[in-house]
Amino acid sequence: MTDYKNLKLIATSSPHIREKTNTTTIMRDVCIALLPALAIAVWNWGVRPLILTVVSVVACVGFEWLYRKAMKKTNTVGDMSAVVTGILLAFVCPVYLPYWMIVVGAFFAIVVAKQLYGGIGKNFVNPALIGRAALLGCYASAMTTWAAPMVKAPLGSTVDAATAATPMAIMKSGDFAALTSTYSLADMFIGRIGGSIGEVSAVMLLLGGAYLVARKVINWHTPAAYILTVAVVTFIFPKGNDPLQWMLYNVLGGGLMLGAIFMATDYATSPVTKKGQLIFGLGCGLLTVMIRYFGSYPEGVCYSILVMNCTTWLIDKYVKPQRFGVSKKEAAK
Amino acid sequence: MAHAFFGGVHPNDMKAATKDKAIEQLAAPAQVVIPMSMHIGAPSKPIVAVGDKVKVGQMIGEPGGFVSVPVHASVSGTVVAVEPRPFSMGGYMTAVVIENDFQNTLSEDVKPAADPEGLTPEQLCEIVKNAGIVGMGGATFPTHVKISSGFGKIDTVIINAAECEPYITGDHRTMLERPEEVVGGAKLLAKMFGLDKVHLGIEDNKMNAVEVLKKVIEETKAPVVLDVFHTRYPQGAEKQLCQAVTGRQVPPGALPSAIGCAVFNLNTVCAIYRAVYQGMPVVNKVVTVSGSGVIEPKNIECPIGTPISKLFDACGGLKEETYKLIMGGPMMGLAQYSTEVSVGKGTGAMLAFAEDEERTSETSSCIRCGKCVGVCPMHLEPLYMFKYGEKNLLDAAEAANVLDCIECGACTYNCPARLHLVHMFRTTKQKINDAKRAAKAKADAEAAAAAAKKEA
Repeated sequence: MTDYKNLKLIATSSPHIREKTNTTTIMRDVCIALLPALAIAVWNWGVRPLILTVVSVVACVGFEWLYRKAMKKTNTVGDMSAVVTGILLAFVCPVYLPYWMIVVGAFFAIVVAKQLYGGIGKNFVNPALIGRAALLGCYASAMTTWAAPMVKAPLGSTVDAATAATPMAIMKSGDFAALTSTYSLADMFIGRIGGSIGEVSAVMLLLGGAYLVARKVINWHTPAAYILTVAVVTFIFPKGNDPLQWMLYNVLGGGLMLGAIFMATDYATSPVTKKGQLIFGLGCGLLTVMIRYFGSYPEGVCYSILVMNCTTWLIDKYVKPQRFGVSKKEAAK
Repeated sequence: MAHAFFGGVHPNDMKAATKDKAIEQLAAPAQVVIPMSMHIGAPSKPIVAVGDKVKVGQMIGEPGGFVSVPVHASVSGTVVAVEPRPFSMGGYMTAVVIENDFQNTLSEDVKPAADPEGLTPEQLCEIVKNAGIVGMGGATFPTHVKISSGFGKIDTVIINAAECEPYITGDHRTMLERPEEVVGGAKLLAKMFGLDKVHLGIEDNKMNAVEVLKKVIEETKAPVVLDVFHTRYPQGAEKQLCQAVTGRQVPPGALPSAIGCAVFNLNTVCAIYRAVYQGMPVVNKVVTVSGSGVIEPKNIECPIGTPISKLFDACGGLKEETYKLIMGGPMMGLAQYSTEVSVGKGTGAMLAFAEDEERTSETSSCIRCGKCVGVCPMHLEPLYMFKYGEKNLLDAAEAANVLDCIECGACTYNCPARLHLVHMFRTTKQKINDAKRAAKAKADAEAAAAAAKKEA
């Protein structure tokens, strides 16, 4: 029989079993969910967007590693969150962005937005969007020069490369006829349009989103609230004569899908309750439409999410689950 | 089913290892070690001395107060020691050690009630009390207290057959093999509370037991309603089961009786049946012995006080790599340092882990994924409770309702950062309660001093 005296027993607090999912598997799932959109970018523009993404990822992981090392903190690059930030940063940048510029963006994303606040889970604004906002401020021209769709981007200098207006820019100009003749709804859906590396293909982003919801990485609440809000508001207040078409161009165009599915759902910078996530999504949607309608930029997803990031603590403070055993009426007293 | 509780998790139920294995009787152990506290409340006082001969079912410990129960000999033989022994709840506890004479002589006190059908609720409650019955799902609250304090207040009696912890199949097997005890005990509960029906809550991973019970209920026209729930942990948590059956929520800090509910574990119900119809107090327990460290997992019925090493022996022993022994389920059970501890009234399972069930890895930072909020059946926000606990902000933790936590472990099971959430909540609750006690003691002392001053 077993000699029980020889067992090396540990005694820890319950529970004694754990789910397979951990931070790394979650981040890996997000990377997987972003791959279809990256594939469309390669189909659209060739290898350049892929290289830009790799540079961004390497820069983000590198900055995270260096910062943690320099500050003598436990190294967290293994959790893969910096990889996600790297991909997302590249996804919100134009194809022709010089490679070195994205390294600057990576610095703002990882060091300024994330690590200065304590690293993973402690940042209050989305790192990739801060990276983009910083780049837009520093290099406005490079950040608003868009590659024409279905043109192989040169790997080196892009001075003579073919450019095009994005759907959002055409919509901002108010020339709706030009919009429908330049880009069909099918183009918008598949991604044969001008725009940031990862934002163009609504269908691929939705595919990634479905994967994340199925894997329980994200709740559907934030993206649904965000996209529906944009849809409803643009449908009610259309520019032009066809509200449905106007609404569809608004929903499929710009960074809405990428922002709603992958940015607004960022754990650290969005509310933790489902109700809070609905409010967050609603706020993002309203702000996006307002910037698109009244702002000086053609697109408002980035700033909408950054602004709503700053309200997360407020939403979390006031939107709490109903305490067990206490009715709403009793709680109100 | 109109109601459900919020949240919960779906761990792999791991029940396949034992759910088709009939309950085996353990070959009587040579010695049993019966702790004097196998219940919540005052420990019992031993009433036997070294050298005394005892018989099965004989009382060897008397209740130490109202919230306490008697303890009975589970084998016949000679008392060889009354001394502190290693205890499953930690530390040492006075225990009566009986050397088995293998005669299995029954005590004269073990006799069925003369007229079981004619007993009043009060008489039934007295039988329950004398039989040493406690909540045998693990909470071990004295059952007679639950019954007597519930007289006139309870409109819904619920038998807890959810058995929602992974691995454990003792209740499942009991329902399959002894449905008449379950249904008979249910009838007694209906009578005690003057109700025309009692509910039995069960998860839908035990449909064969549902069929068996249905048949017995129909044959005996028993007043039992079967409520079948989706399998989800913690379906068998008292408050969540009440919610699922009635839609009512137990207010913070209150017991189910506050909403007219009384919940009895399936084993407790069977024990009530045996106490009334056989006169047998609680002397045996069905224990599921399972887990990756056990050579041949089984369901075993053994005398109370059986050292857990004997259970493992009966299952072919343990693998060398075994690194953890758990008394109870993997979600809420207590890890054991020693194989010298013995089976108590609330022991439903003994698990041994030898593989990577824990997925032990270093804890990292909270990533605010909110999964803990989504699974908490008490509607709490564990991530914030953890943050406050970590920083020792007791007021903030209390305001975040940390005292409502039932320690089911759903949040911790699910946490991708592998944080030890429940452990933090246990220590935080302890600190809050200690602080409250200290404040009260101080206030009392000051009041007494002021009163003394006034008199002087």
